[in-house]
Amino acid sequence: MLQTVAPLLMDALANAALIFFVAFGLTLTFSVLRILNVAHGSFYSIGAYVAASAGLFIVGAGLNPWLTYPSLILSAAAVAALFGPLVEKTLVRWTYGRGEAVQILMTFGLFLILEDLQRMVFGVNSLYEDTPMALLGITEIGGVVYLNYQILLIALAALTLVGLRIFIRHTRTGRLLHVVVADREVSEAMGIDTGRMFTLAFTLGVFLAALGGALATPTTGVAPGLGAETMVLAFAVAAIGGLGQVEGAALAAVIVAAARVLAIYFAPELDAVAPYLVMLVVLLVRPYGLFGKAAVRRI
Amino acid sequence: MSSQATSAAPLLQASGLEISFGGVKAADGVNLTVHEGEFVAIIGPNGSGKTTFLNICTGYLKPSRGQVFLAGRDITQLPPRSIARQGIARAFQIPQLFTDHSLIDNLMLSIAARHGIWQALSPLDRPEYRAEAMEILELLGLAAHADTLTGTLPEGLRKLADITLAFALDPRLLVLDEPTSGVSSIERFQIMETLMKAMRSRKLSALFVEHDMDVVERYADRVVVWNAGHVMAEGRPAEVMQDPRVLESVVGVA
Amino acid sequence: MPKPLIGLAAGVALLAALPLAVPFMTFVVTLAVAKGFAALGVALLLRAGLISLGHAMYFAIGAYTTAFLMQKTGITDFAILVAASIIVATLAGLAFGAFLVRYRAIFFAMLNLAVSMVIYALCSKLYGVTGGTDGLRVGVPTVFAWVPEKAAFDTFLLYATLGLMLVLGWLGHRYLKSPLGHALAAVHTNEVRLEYLGVSAWSTLLTAYGISAGLAGLGGALSAMAIGHVLPEFAFWTESGHLVLTAVLGGVGGVAGPFIGSIFLELVHVVAVGVAAEAWNLIIGVALICVIFFLPRGLFGLIEGRRGKTGGTDL
Repeated sequence: MLQTVAPLLMDALANAALIFFVAFGLTLTFSVLRILNVAHGSFYSIGAYVAASAGLFIVGAGLNPWLTYPSLILSAAAVAALFGPLVEKTLVRWTYGRGEAVQILMTFGLFLILEDLQRMVFGVNSLYEDTPMALLGITEIGGVVYLNYQILLIALAALTLVGLRIFIRHTRTGRLLHVVVADREVSEAMGIDTGRMFTLAFTLGVFLAALGGALATPTTGVAPGLGAETMVLAFAVAAIGGLGQVEGAALAAVIVAAARVLAIYFAPELDAVAPYLVMLVVLLVRPYGLFGKAAVRRI
Repeated sequence: MSSQATSAAPLLQASGLEISFGGVKAADGVNLTVHEGEFVAIIGPNGSGKTTFLNICTGYLKPSRGQVFLAGRDITQLPPRSIARQGIARAFQIPQLFTDHSLIDNLMLSIAARHGIWQALSPLDRPEYRAEAMEILELLGLAAHADTLTGTLPEGLRKLADITLAFALDPRLLVLDEPTSGVSSIERFQIMETLMKAMRSRKLSALFVEHDMDVVERYADRVVVWNAGHVMAEGRPAEVMQDPRVLESVVGVA
Repeated sequence: MPKPLIGLAAGVALLAALPLAVPFMTFVVTLAVAKGFAALGVALLLRAGLISLGHAMYFAIGAYTTAFLMQKTGITDFAILVAASIIVATLAGLAFGAFLVRYRAIFFAMLNLAVSMVIYALCSKLYGVTGGTDGLRVGVPTVFAWVPEKAAFDTFLLYATLGLMLVLGWLGHRYLKSPLGHALAAVHTNEVRLEYLGVSAWSTLLTAYGISAGLAGLGGALSAMAIGHVLPEFAFWTESGHLVLTAVLGGVGGVAGPFIGSIFLELVHVVAVGVAAEAWNLIIGVALICVIFFLPRGLFGLIEGRRGKTGGTDL
């Protein structure tokens, strides 16, 4: 039993870590900007494409293979620097204060554009570059083999969660962000440059999505359609946790991972459905997610 | 026998209402009665729970204790839509309108709601609804604005437009939350005159929250003074205004 | 004859005549109108301010109902297949809708998405019923006692689809003008007031949701017959996104908008496949953003002109 379940659980947790990055980005964007970015999954796949291409270049040019590690992070940063401010300032900013329908449609339009751009730039073949994973090797505990890279992913996700808490609590920018989330009108009245905060939060969201994608390339590679698939999974995780709730997203990622392990073990055909079934069950019991709260209207 | 009991019962009766928000009691054992044909005013300082009381009477909030009866029937646990159908119509402190519809469409929708909304193939805009809607608009002096989108109505008229929607429900009791707030003091009496004339012509009873003493003195049959979640005094306006405690807490020591 | 009716007659005549001149247009127009039904369903909900990112599931449910009945039960009659597909999709819509229409805004969009992804996954996994990722083949239906050839059926299907568009379009138009239709728009602008008028927003929305699911199911059934094959991808969330896009592109102000949007998209698609097949998503993505920026009332709003003060039609 352990021999079968332990690697599955590791797989699922490593997967949860990757999804956590994306869901975290989605939920962060939502909590600061109050918009649901349908193109968020595209930044995951673009991050993956850029990281895989960079990795293939490093290996192909015969450079030090350990360079693939910084290149994973730099790829995500490059994607965020390119798309974050651009998209926020041109498209997203225009939808503030308009209905959700407009926001969702605007980002859906962006999603369609990014889908084709990826195909044009990176082609339709899947890319796979596993140097970072191969470099780290494996660990054997009790007759079960674990990939060290997966352990790293889980540690990185945990670190990111803690890191963001520290950023929000102990830096000036973080505290300003917190004020903007808590009360937008008050923060504007206080003279906080909310526009800058929105750009920053959106870019950070793009970075987290792209980072998830970049970190995923050594284990799963990247192929067309990845963005659309990731999008719904990130939605599900963010919704289970409660939109805008970072800890909720972390817990939800673990729950979804566990559900998938159970599904693979007991009912393999339900593997793909598991996240959405969990989402439906959770939202039936707690409509606004595990950590979410409903807004009450004053009349 | 039951019909006798009903006719003897007051129109609206609230007894022993309690509700609190985060430890603050917005209603602490409130008893209040409105009889058929009465205009009852509620006054009291801001935050004393007046709007909360209206919210309970119209089903938007459920009290933790106590009951509300409409003509002898317990309506405490009913949602707003059922209470509206039982005959309590409400106008809001912040006007609640269908801002993408013209004023007359707003009214026709209200009239249709009364006749039964479940008509999927016959038009909303039909002669009998239109005639009734125009009648109400004329009664309240808004006929000239019938075709204006309510989202673009001037601030002062929006309040009155909101009241017309309640009128169109042909209620037994009209509940008004500060009908003259946000209106200049000159307009205030004009609005009240129009409103009173309209209510009398329809033989309506009304319960209204008001903070303007002059309005209360002139138009209310009875005034209920509210303070910190309970009724502090009640009676005819002229008498209640003599009460020193009332003067202190509501009017200010002036 | 009033102007809109002349426009309508001209438009329908053109759609009916086009395939006579260009035979492959039979398929294009049939598919465009079939998808138009689904887009109309989505447009109804948009009037209530609700954006569904899952309506492709009802399209898929309709399509799979037709395919399943033909393959597994031997029912081949066009009318029975269409009616059964509408009924199954409507029932599914009422069942899911009873829970979904309690939500608003982003939560409504996301929950529809979640349910549709469950349906999508089930379509891909339940080999016995749905044929898994291969989908199901759809043969040539019969029409009462008539057993047509494929080509003859396709022609029949085109005119049957156009006929349904006129009948259901007229009913839809009546619905939007009725008290219940206005109540739907009123949910968007002021739900609290609506409840205080004694109207249940939940029932108003559930009615619209059931109708919208039925329309999408009809679109799915007609598309299944036109294409001759059904696939799980019919239910994928990007398809739902396309339905919303179609509705908004055409305009949600009246029943004509979604059909105009759908026909416009299919015709542009025909052209684009020859010229820039790679960039199709790019083109419609840009088009969508342009519509949001410059044409909040869609193509239909462009035709209709700037006369409206009746409101309730913008996004």
